[in-house]
This record gives sequence, C-alpha cells and structure tokens, in this order.
Amino acid sequence: MTDQTPALRLEGIVKTFPGVRALDGVSFAVMPGEVHALMGENGAGKSTLMKVLGGIHQPNEGQIIVGEEPTVMTSPLQAKSKGIVFIHQELSLAEELSVAENIYLGELPLKSFGRVDWAKLYAQTDAILEKLKVGFNAKTRVGDLSIANQQMVEIARALTVDAKAVIFDEPTASLTDAEKVVLFDVIADLKSQGVGIIYISHRMEEIFKITDRISVLRDGQYQGTVVTAETNEEGVTQMMIGRKLDLSRAAVTHELGDIALEVRDLSCGKLFENVSFQVRRGEVLGFYGLVGAGRTEIAETLFGLRNPSGGTIHLDGNEIKINSPADAIAMGISLVPEDRKGQGLVLGMNCRDNMTLPQVSDLTAGPFVAEGAEIAIFDQYRDKLDIRTPGWKQTVGNLSGGNQQKIVIGKWLSMHPNVLIVDEPTRGIDVGSKSEIHNLIRELAAQGYAVIVISSEMPEVLHVSDRIVAMYSGKVMRTFTSEEVTEDNLIQAISGITPTNKVA
Amino acid sequence: MQAGKMTPFIKTGAIWAFVVLELIFFSVAGEFLSLSDKPFMDLDNMLLLLKQSAPIGIIAMGMTIIMINGNIDLSVGAIFALAAVILLDSMSWAIFAGLGDWVIPVSWALALLTGVVLGAVNGLIVWKTGVDAFIVTLGSMLGFRGLVFMYNGENPTSELNWTLVDFAEAQFLGLHTATWFLAAVTLVIWYVMTRTVHGRNAYAIGNNREAAVNAGIRVGPHMMINFMIIGFLAALSAVVFYSESGSVNPNDGQLYELWVITAVVLGGTKLTGGAGSIIGTLGGVLAIQLLRKGLGHIGADTETVNLVIGLILIAVLFLDRQLNLKGKEELKT
Repeated sequence: MTDQTPALRLEGIVKTFPGVRALDGVSFAVMPGEVHALMGENGAGKSTLMKVLGGIHQPNEGQIIVGEEPTVMTSPLQAKSKGIVFIHQELSLAEELSVAENIYLGELPLKSFGRVDWAKLYAQTDAILEKLKVGFNAKTRVGDLSIANQQMVEIARALTVDAKAVIFDEPTASLTDAEKVVLFDVIADLKSQGVGIIYISHRMEEIFKITDRISVLRDGQYQGTVVTAETNEEGVTQMMIGRKLDLSRAAVTHELGDIALEVRDLSCGKLFENVSFQVRRGEVLGFYGLVGAGRTEIAETLFGLRNPSGGTIHLDGNEIKINSPADAIAMGISLVPEDRKGQGLVLGMNCRDNMTLPQVSDLTAGPFVAEGAEIAIFDQYRDKLDIRTPGWKQTVGNLSGGNQQKIVIGKWLSMHPNVLIVDEPTRGIDVGSKSEIHNLIRELAAQGYAVIVISSEMPEVLHVSDRIVAMYSGKVMRTFTSEEVTEDNLIQAISGITPTNKVA
Repeated sequence: MQAGKMTPFIKTGAIWAFVVLELIFFSVAGEFLSLSDKPFMDLDNMLLLLKQSAPIGIIAMGMTIIMINGNIDLSVGAIFALAAVILLDSMSWAIFAGLGDWVIPVSWALALLTGVVLGAVNGLIVWKTGVDAFIVTLGSMLGFRGLVFMYNGENPTSELNWTLVDFAEAQFLGLHTATWFLAAVTLVIWYVMTRTVHGRNAYAIGNNREAAVNAGIRVGPHMMINFMIIGFLAALSAVVFYSESGSVNPNDGQLYELWVITAVVLGGTKLTGGAGSIIGTLGGVLAIQLLRKGLGHIGADTETVNLVIGLILIAVLFLDRQLNLKGKEELKT
C-alpha cells in the first residue's frame, strides 16, 4: 500500500473550543481500498474529527488532503463534492419520498421547464441499487423500509458521486445480525472498488472482522495506527485507555445500609430482558454498556416512563408498580435524565422555578405559590451543591452545563428521594465540573442515598461506582464488585465477549 | 442586566408602545380626516372602546393560557354561539317560568356550564387521543357550530329581558359592565399565570413538555383544565354580550377564534408555547380594537380595516423574529 496516494489524509489537525483542546495534532491516512477503523472512548474526539472533516468545524491547525489536493471543507455538501461521504448513525431521510427521490434529493435530473426526468431518475437509481444488491427498488417509499435498508439508501446516496472516502459512524448500532452481514458485504464491495473507508465503532468484534488498520484517539490525541492483523483486543483497549487509571477513589468508609431498590427479572420488550439487580442505601451502582445496551431504558422504566413487560420492582422490600413519573416521584425514585436540556430542564424558566418544579404544588400559601419557601429551598441547595449563578432569577438556559446539571440534581435532592438515578451525569460538562459532579455523587452515597449511575464513560463509571453492572444488547452480562473490575474485563463484558468465545 | 428578565419586559412593552402609537396617530389623523367633530380620544369613545374589546378580550385571556401551554383552540367562536343560544333560549323554558327574574342567574349558570362542558370535551379528546389540539378543535369548531344550527335552524334565537339589559348597559365608576368583566377576568387569569402552581406548570409544559412530565406534572389533566377554562371564558363572553343584545344568529361568533389568536400573538405569546403574558394579550386586544375603531374614525371602510390588521400582524411578527434572531446561530430553514 505504501506506494499509493492515500484517499484521504489528515495532517496535524488541532481543534480547540473554549477551555478544551478537543483535537490535538491528529494525523492519519486512509488508503484507497482500505477499511480503516477509528476508535476511542466517548469524548476522545471522534465526533469532533468527523465534524472537522465535514466542514462543520474549521480546524485551528493542520490540513485535510483529499488525494493530493489540500482541501478546506466548508460543509458536508462540499465535502461530498470532493468525494468525502458520511453515513451517519442517525439517518436523515425524507420518509414520505421514494428511494430515488431521496438518493437524488437536491440534484434530481431535469427535463425542460424544470420538469423532473422520472425515467432517468429511476434508471440511474436502479443501477446503483443493483450494485448494492438490495431487495427494494427506486420507487419504494423510504418510510416502508427497515432501518437497515434505509441505511442502504444513505449508502446509495454516497455512490452517486465518485466517492474517494466513505465514513461510517457506528453503522451497526441499530442493525440485527443478519442486517450486519449485508452491510459488511457492501463495505467489502466498496473496498474492492478502491474506496477508502473510515469505520467508527465501539464493537471490537466488528473491528477485527472487517478492518485493515486501526487508528486510536484518546483525549483528542492521536495514539497511533496499528495493523489489525498484528494486534488484539487487549492491545487496542490498552491504546484507548492509555495510562493505568487511578481507581483509588475516596475509599468506601461508610457502612452500606439496607437494600433500597431491588429489581427482579425486569424486561421491557426487546429493549432489555430479565434484568436483576439491587442497590443499597449508601451505595453507588454503576451501569456500563454501549449505546443501545438498554441502560437508559431501565432507568426510564424505573421512573414510570415505560411499562415493563415482565418482572418486579421492590422498594424497601415491598413490591411496587410505577405507572408514571408522578408515581415514581411520590415513591421517592428520581431520575436525572441523559438529555439534560431536552428532558431535565425547562430552559426558558429561571433557576428557582426549575429546582422546585416537582414539588411546587406542595409549596403553596392559599391559592398562591409560596415564593419565599421556594427561594429558601433554592438558596439551601445552591450553597450545598455550590451552584454558580448570579441569582435565582437567572434563566437556566444561560448557565454552564455543570451548573445546569447541579440544578437538576438539586431539584431531586431537595425532595429527599429514596433512590437517585443519574443517567450520563457528566455529558457535555467540562473537565473541571466533571470531578465536582463525581465527588458529589460519592458524597450523596456517603450521606446514605442509594444512587444508580449510568455512564458511557469508563473512567467515570469506574471512579464513582461501588459495583458495576455490565450490559450488552439488553442483557446483564456480569455484575462486578470494585475489587473484581478491570478495564479489560469490563470492556469485554460490554462488547458481548464472554471468556469462552474470546478471540486470543 | 439579566437577559431572562429583560426579554418579557420588552415583549409586553412593545405592544403597549404600539397601542400608544395608535392613539397618537388616530388623534392626529382624526383632526384632518374625520368627519366627526369629536376628538378620537374622547372619554366616551374610549370607554366604548373598552366595552367593545370585552367579548374578544375575555376569550383571549383563556387563549393565552392555551397557547402558553403549546395548544390552540379553534372552537371558541362556536362555543360562544352555543352558550349564547342556551342563555337566551333557557330563559323562556317552561320549567323556569315561576322564577321571575331569578331565571337570569339560572340561565347564566346553564350557559357557563355549557362552555365548561364543551371545553372539557375538547380537553378530554386532546388528552386521551394525543391528537394535536389544532385538529381536535378544528373538528369541534365544525361540530359545535353544527349543534347551534340543529338547535334552531337558520333562525335567530331571541329573548329580551329588560332587567338583564339594564344590568348589561349599566356603568359603574364610568366603566361598562362588560369592561368590568374583562378587567376581572384579566386580573384573575394574570394571578393564575404568575402566582399559582397551575400557571407555573402551564409555562413549564409549553416550554419543555418532556421535562414537565419528568418533573411529575400530569400534563393531560392540566391541559384538560385549560380547555375547560377557555370554554368557560368563551361562554362568559357570550353571557356578557348577549345579555345586552338579546338575540343570537346561528352564525354569530364566526372568525372569533382568529381575532382572539391574532390578539394573543400580537401580545407576544409564542405559537410554539412556553412564553407569553396576560398583560401582553390585553395590549394585543386593545391594539386591534383601536385599529378597528381608529380606521373607522378616519373614514376607512371595514374591508380596509381587515387588510391593515393583517399586514400589521405579519409586520409585527416579522419584526419580532428579526429582533430575536440577531446574534444567534440559528439554523437557516
């Protein structure tokens, strides 16, 4: 391969955001006809790198070289015209339109007077679909296709241009095993046509099955590129984690209390099946797994947002039924949701109103809200959680991510819950505030709260948890105590690798 | 300076500035163009303006809650008509014959109950089916209007009770009965929206429904209560208006929903919900009534009035969008 010109080359890409060096000198090259894996933990900089490639962010330093031509990317559309095409995890298709219209959206073949040349459109589309060997045709309505086939439409879109490099971002996240096989065939086809492929995935199994080389990012820094055949899962894991993590968190000094919440064989359709665990007062139970492993869905079920299809939930030893968030709150189960802005906060309202929202109906004087009592609660938790805001009148949307998260946590703490579930506690929060939130979670456990932490970041889940539940596609693979857990056995558990089928 | 505090102030402030601008414009223009000798800002004329604002204004207060909630109610005009029919017709029902003038409160209660029930029907459908309020109330707008026609065909329903007319035409401290109702409704709804849990929840639901659900707010029942409130207010508006006029045509109240929505939107309430104010809505109601009256004062005909109001509505919303867009990295759509 060395004598070839790379299809796409990145040289010393640096991208900084206020306070964060998101990409710090990333360089690697994708050869024509190569499947090149890009790996790294969440937050390692993969998505930022993709945004730089797609022209959504401009790099502060470094250059992108397509073929032999240094290129400034200004938009995904312009990147496409240069032959760089993205297949995103989240599809962006017009469901009501036909496959052909979606593929040629914005560039439909025309006849005179702006009439669409349907014959040509369908012929061109069917030619592409034939190459992909799919079971639908140009006139099929996209909304009638399965997710896997919709992804094929995205791929077909990529093939309308002379693609030099195709970037797949977690393409198998929502595919079944059979659908994955079809996808891998298509990737093999593209490869044989000399297209360079960047394949982003967390799933070791796939990486070792289809890629030629692996590049690893960690904390925005390029860690090197290895030939897939010359390494193994442990080697890659080591590159992703880097330094041995400091697991010596503040040692658990407090006694664990009684079992606060116990879940037995809880299922919700195919989202998760037969999940059992218990969490004691004073304990932090971590949930770790890939996106789509069912962790958030468990939290939503415990909070009354989903109806379980089987199993039981016990609070302080009594079986309970939770039909709505209002029920859950009444029983002292609270959820700090994953999407803070979308699900946790009313961004247009002020700090005080957000903090007291679930209990404001109890804070009344006659028909009116007792604003004094509200302000007292806000002040108490502002001091307790060290929320930095000019005052309670501040609109929550104007606060930093860390302070917003503290408002959500304060909202529940002020109601003294039995169980506090925190989904992705530090998503979108800067490094400084992260450790603050981590310390806060430890402290809450020390105060006797039963805390469940769901996280996609391994250092985080290792740092804050007393025990860790590892999940893979809706099932609990293993529950680790803090003595048993290592990065290796945790990453293997969440990749669906059990010691018996482990690739050496 | 806190951004969160200034924005609503500017928003409600803008519509009142517009109201003042109209007053000045029509006073000056009236000097040159009006056929009447009376100045536009004559006291009686202004008192009449407030009275004439009442029917739309009372409903607009309810519409503000509905729209802050992120919903809309297109059936208010039909509820208004049906409540009016019940009000006037029930006064001559045989079972109430022995009541004398005591039939008045009974008929009022029946009309108001009609409004609450119709509103509850809207709310229940929105809650239980999850169908968009626009569609639900579009259907009930047609349905309720159908009931009005079924009641008495194309004929007007009439009942003139002089005690009632005297009450409706009375002036207390200079203000007409209808104006007092508008003032009372405005005050009560203002308190509800700014000081009570219900108001707080209304803003929260409109701003971020998911977060509101996650805070344990029961969104369905909350919205149903709001539809009952607006049903009640549409009926109250009918009660106030028809106590005086004494006769309702089956087509009365048509397009009321659009006038009401226009007033609320002019007052700064967002169609997408989550933001808006009662004081702003009052400004919007007065602004529209001033335009109608002012254009009439300077000799414009009805068709011109509608054209001008339409243009102003679009201009105001365009201006609002431009002011809000500035400096924000919003998606171009």
